[in-house]
Amino acid sequence: MSIGSVPVRFGISVDHSQCMLCGRCIENCPYDVFRIENDRIHVNSRKCVACHRCIAMCPRDAIHIRERPVDYRSHPLWTPEARESIYNQARTGKIILAGMGNAKPYPIIFDQLVLDACQVTNPSIDPLREPMELRTYIGKKPRKVEYVREGSDVSLTTELSPNLQIETPIMVGHMSYGAISLNAQKSIAMAVTEMGTYMGTGEGGLHPSLYPYQDHMIVQVASGRFGVDINYLERGAAIEIKIGQGAKPGIGGHLPGEKVCEDVSCTRMIPIGSDAISPAPHHDIYSIEDLKQLVRSLKEATEWKKPVFVKIAAVHNSAAIAAGIARSAADAVVIDGFRGGTGAAPRVFRDHVGIPIEAAVASVDAKLRSQGIRNEVSIIASGGIRESADVAKVIALGADAVYIGTAALVAMGCRVCGTCYRGLCPWGIATQRPDLVARLDPAVASRNVANLIHAWTLELSELMGAAGINSIESLRGNRDRLRGYLLDEATMRVLDVKPVGA
Amino acid sequence: MCGIIAVIDRSGGTMDGSGIRSALSMMDERGSGEGAGYAVYGAFPEFADYYAIHVFFDAIHESKAAVDQELEKWGTVVHEEEVPTYENRNIRKVHTPWRYFFRPDPSLMPQSMTPEDDIVMHLVMKVNTTIPGALVFSSGKNVGIFKASGWPEDVADFYRIQDYSGYIWLGHNRYPTNTPGWWGGAHPFNLLGWSVVHNGEITSYGTNRRYIESYGYRCTMYTDTEVVAYLFDLLVRRHGLDPELAVKALAPPFWEDIDCMDEKEQRLFRAIRLAYGSAMMNGPFAIVVAQPDGIVGFTDRIKLRPLVCGTRGQRLYISSEEAAIRIMEPGIEEVFMPRAGEPVIGRLAG
Repeated sequence: MSIGSVPVRFGISVDHSQCMLCGRCIENCPYDVFRIENDRIHVNSRKCVACHRCIAMCPRDAIHIRERPVDYRSHPLWTPEARESIYNQARTGKIILAGMGNAKPYPIIFDQLVLDACQVTNPSIDPLREPMELRTYIGKKPRKVEYVREGSDVSLTTELSPNLQIETPIMVGHMSYGAISLNAQKSIAMAVTEMGTYMGTGEGGLHPSLYPYQDHMIVQVASGRFGVDINYLERGAAIEIKIGQGAKPGIGGHLPGEKVCEDVSCTRMIPIGSDAISPAPHHDIYSIEDLKQLVRSLKEATEWKKPVFVKIAAVHNSAAIAAGIARSAADAVVIDGFRGGTGAAPRVFRDHVGIPIEAAVASVDAKLRSQGIRNEVSIIASGGIRESADVAKVIALGADAVYIGTAALVAMGCRVCGTCYRGLCPWGIATQRPDLVARLDPAVASRNVANLIHAWTLELSELMGAAGINSIESLRGNRDRLRGYLLDEATMRVLDVKPVGA
Repeated sequence: MCGIIAVIDRSGGTMDGSGIRSALSMMDERGSGEGAGYAVYGAFPEFADYYAIHVFFDAIHESKAAVDQELEKWGTVVHEEEVPTYENRNIRKVHTPWRYFFRPDPSLMPQSMTPEDDIVMHLVMKVNTTIPGALVFSSGKNVGIFKASGWPEDVADFYRIQDYSGYIWLGHNRYPTNTPGWWGGAHPFNLLGWSVVHNGEITSYGTNRRYIESYGYRCTMYTDTEVVAYLFDLLVRRHGLDPELAVKALAPPFWEDIDCMDEKEQRLFRAIRLAYGSAMMNGPFAIVVAQPDGIVGFTDRIKLRPLVCGTRGQRLYISSEEAAIRIMEPGIEEVFMPRAGEPVIGRLAG
């Protein structure tokens, strides 16, 4: 007991004058915070993770949560998190696990970039009255168009590679069945199908109940190869090779055996209750040539009918890596920034490894253009896209489209409590416990996700119209329409944007 | 807001500069007296086979030697002279316009299919990015560009454009917002055989510039119009598109229209939009592009800038205003307004 208890992170109080003892808080909290004794709700604040399920369900607004009601003596260097990590590791001697994205207060580049609008010298375009094109094609584009003309008859001779056609540049990234529930995947699948866009399966296979949505699903091949067979590859609209992930660049994944129920085990093709461990590297990829071979193998297996993406974490050398990927048969490179979410990652990786998506996209786009190979691959940006303005900004920096992850979960109720790795998600999202999963109704949740994509798409149209642009191609890489606000000069050089007022 | 006008005599008959001077002056309302210019094709019949490289020097004694040296490295100057100008109280002569008639040595660019053009393009980019006080503003064969800061009639008189004749003329009257008073910022813009006059603002400039710069072009004129000349050079000269399809790449049909085309056309336009998405120009514009064998006029996809055409006999006129065409050609036979994004093409016969 040399360390003893540390201060509670959340203090819960119940306003007994409001409480009607309905017990909903008790039913809803999977962490056992609430109990009833002598006709009164009692709480154990120490168990609270601030998932807000109780607050959402309390009919009388009788529950209040305060963050760090009793805190440590303040110190700028020895933050509460720093101290708690040490207590934790002094007790356990283990690597600390954490959920969601990077939790360090690094500056957010998106929030220091501002967008442009037209005034006088060029008219803004009203998307209610004029066509506004957000349709995007993901895949290899020809470098030039070749054709044969006979009089007025023009016949194209250029062969087009398969591309994914998306009606909005917003897709939902890879969150596997296992990491999230089947109901969560189903909700997203229904939403992307309705919105004419795509989602990723993650490295968890494709559950048969998602087959009706397979034309809108990108199947993932990651280092564990879980769930991969020819049936799986052929069902996907595209195939994505996952090399790395923004939340944990350079390391593999680990789905604890407790989450591997019968259904997950069948979908992943692994024994029930066994840990699903994805190794850090693919054991058949130790160089860029090996990657090229895997891309070709997957294309051969699916008769060159499907685009193949390669996903990498945003790291210092992303630009050169992307240039290597562009030289393979791959059709798109996905770059996952260091704010990308995760079900579980070692805290030290989540918070300290990788670079922001804004800088990674800017340098990848610049590198590909300087080598004249930008048309060889599409760029999909992910990791920390929170709103439509982020989408507009990252496209202006050079991306073709984005993957959202956390935002889609938030649309289904997630409160970003960051406790996904415990498998007790009270919103039925990051859990496999049947009673919790049943809380998420795909009919409702899919509406929420579709609404979110629809709303962002409308906002994006308005932003483009205000900038006098009626097609998304003219926003892509258009860094002249961005300005840096209190960004340092070196970062602005990387982003190739001017400061505000210039 | 700017005013543009262009005329081609499709039979190759020549016109002197007095007509376009009065037409452009008719549109003084569209400018601000801070920039005007003219391009004429067929201007130098005695040197028709040589590249007419026009340079603005800030100070002859400071930068001309460096330009001479660069030219000598790549070929032979067969003739050179200061472009004749005539004192005009409304124009301050801040630059000395100079023209070289230049023959590049193709053996110096062995890997190229079009070595002479590539040498001249390289020279233009080199001079404009590395020699301070020198700006190449025209580099085509048998093409003359006359531009300065001032009203259209003053610029015309400053160069006495009525002394030149040609089968294509372009004129531009500028209302500058970006680089007022800078002669390099006046239109027409030129590269090799391409000359461009443009009314509008290209909102996709950042995208277009990044695209074209990845092919070795360097945007040095601080304005969005030069990118149009470079895009035409890339798409038509280097990629081999004909001008109709180049216009369809720069101002493509909407997807909803492409979706209604027949299968074969759909494939063609899908390929064009996929390949040339970054070359597509957005924002309000009306543009006329000239090359030695013709002119093409077109607007943005929703026609946010005016463009009107007229014909009489072998002559095709394209202008911001019908009044300007009627001043130049009172007996105009047919007047029409092209649809948004539809190219109007005037080709030199034979």
